[in-house]
Amino acid sequence: MSGFAAYLVFFLIVALTYSIVTMGLNLQWGYTGLFNAGVVGFFAIGAYGTAVLVGPDRAQLIGGFGLPFPVAVIGGMVLAALAALIVGLATLRLREEYLAIATFGIAISIQLVALNFEALTGGAQGLVGLPRPLFELFGSPGAYNMFYLCFVAVIAILVYVALEVAVRSPWGRMLKAVREDETAARSLGKNPAAIRLQVFVLGCTLMGLAGGLYVGFIGYVSPLDFLPILTFQIWAMLIVGGSGNNLGAIVGAVGVWGLWTMSGLGISRLLPVAYQSQGGAIQVILIGLLIVLTLIFRPRGLIGETEAVSRHTR
Amino acid sequence: MLQALADGILSGSIIALGAIGLTLTMGILRFANFAHAELVTWGAYMALAVLGLTGAFLGPIAPFSFGIPLIFATLVAAVLTSLLALAIDWLVYRPLRQHTNHLTIVFGSFGVSLLVRMVILLIFGGAAQYYSRTLQIAVPVLPGMRILPDQLFTLGITAIIVVGLHFFLQKTRLGLAMRALAENPELARVNGLDTRVVVRWTWVIGASLATVAGVLYGLTVQLRPEIGFHLILPLFAAVILGGVGNVFGAVIGGLIVGLAESFAVLIVPAGYKMAVPFIILLAVLYLRPTGIFAGSVGGAK
Repeated sequence: MSGFAAYLVFFLIVALTYSIVTMGLNLQWGYTGLFNAGVVGFFAIGAYGTAVLVGPDRAQLIGGFGLPFPVAVIGGMVLAALAALIVGLATLRLREEYLAIATFGIAISIQLVALNFEALTGGAQGLVGLPRPLFELFGSPGAYNMFYLCFVAVIAILVYVALEVAVRSPWGRMLKAVREDETAARSLGKNPAAIRLQVFVLGCTLMGLAGGLYVGFIGYVSPLDFLPILTFQIWAMLIVGGSGNNLGAIVGAVGVWGLWTMSGLGISRLLPVAYQSQGGAIQVILIGLLIVLTLIFRPRGLIGETEAVSRHTR
Repeated sequence: MLQALADGILSGSIIALGAIGLTLTMGILRFANFAHAELVTWGAYMALAVLGLTGAFLGPIAPFSFGIPLIFATLVAAVLTSLLALAIDWLVYRPLRQHTNHLTIVFGSFGVSLLVRMVILLIFGGAAQYYSRTLQIAVPVLPGMRILPDQLFTLGITAIIVVGLHFFLQKTRLGLAMRALAENPELARVNGLDTRVVVRWTWVIGASLATVAGVLYGLTVQLRPEIGFHLILPLFAAVILGGVGNVFGAVIGGLIVGLAESFAVLIVPAGYKMAVPFIILLAVLYLRPTGIFAGSVGGAK
């Protein structure tokens, strides 16, 4: 495989992993109107949970359970769901903003644990040398990456199909009802707080799944992969693609990740070495502008939500 | 122990100044402004820039490390920060207010916070900076408790501002209008209150207090582009602890958060200090979501 094709495979694996996170966020924000400001935290819990469960036994480190990869990923998802439950139970019966503030807080706290709880997370070095699922079966890293791309793509498609079925079900219509008019939903005997909690936990579980897949691919975890900027990137992916639309979430993930990668490449080529850190700031400014400008000028994003209510009244 | 008490009150009073502005905007404009803490950073750096332009035209006033130039710079910075806050409101929040989902504006404030922080990083760089290189000698106040003169100044100025703001909100026409708008926006509007004027002054007051908080932070700690990012959580914890829209509550909330942070370091490794406001926040939301002193808006729906 040529260098470019190999890079494209690598790029797509990461982009599709993020698309799963974005679909989780879409369920929360796009369909139910829940503001999750700590996306990176739930992604990190899934990743670290998987890493601790799948990792080989090592001296000085807690964990090292050496579990099979699928079991470890499910473990990571359960941990992400538990974290979501703690935050969700505290905030989902209160003003909507409180969820935003609390999720922002848990993401910061998780980052601190990842950096400081060295016995569990390996601290700043992270956990390295984690087994990659089925790696022995493939002769070369290139072939393995092709396999992993297919694997992540299948999972992303499964998540997509499952979500599409879910949001078209009576349960899915209830989500929009809660988002649009809580009082009306309540008067129809629905329990908005319970629905919000279900959606929030489910969305965070998907973020945890993506974290596990990410670890399986790169074979290590490091706190550097879970910086707060990732939350902003995922948000940009969702609203650029069009919140309330799962296909939009996937398109946005690939598009924004492509934009980020290319702007990074451009800056590292064009800017002199002395100005590289400023280049990083410019990249982040692009993400910020993307979010603010899309919100103001094209709130529907590229694809956007299809209007569901007016089908019979048109 | 005593030193932790002093440090906690000091950082708590800076948090309190930031939290007053946040609680006012949350109470009156009714959204959680994630960009408020960036106004603290912006104010601190604007003061640094003004100081750089004017130079220290008068020497420091003993025993403090600063003099008239920094006070002048703070006033100019307060104006510049107010202008930024008004510009953000006009450019970003005003168009987003028309959205049906009012969280869109919270979302926008997230993007704004990122932009302000990165612009500061671009202009001023990421390295720590200081208003003055003057070395100060800590004054032993009590056995086992040493305080820098600048830190005493910080406490004094916070106390003056809080008392002044209290009288402003209780006695002046504008202060009363702000409270009316926080308590019942429809009723305030029906009674002929020009809400746009009140909203404008809310931004000016919030931004000016944020500037003072930023300058005091720069004076007693250091200037870094991440000041605001690290303050987001303490500010929200203080506001919710004190009750949204409650100025006095924000001050007490700020002091509690500051003290909790400095005492927590005695028990847990310092690396976890930033998680303390989150723990406080969770505890408040579980136990008493309206805050200690129920705010005008209240936490419960």
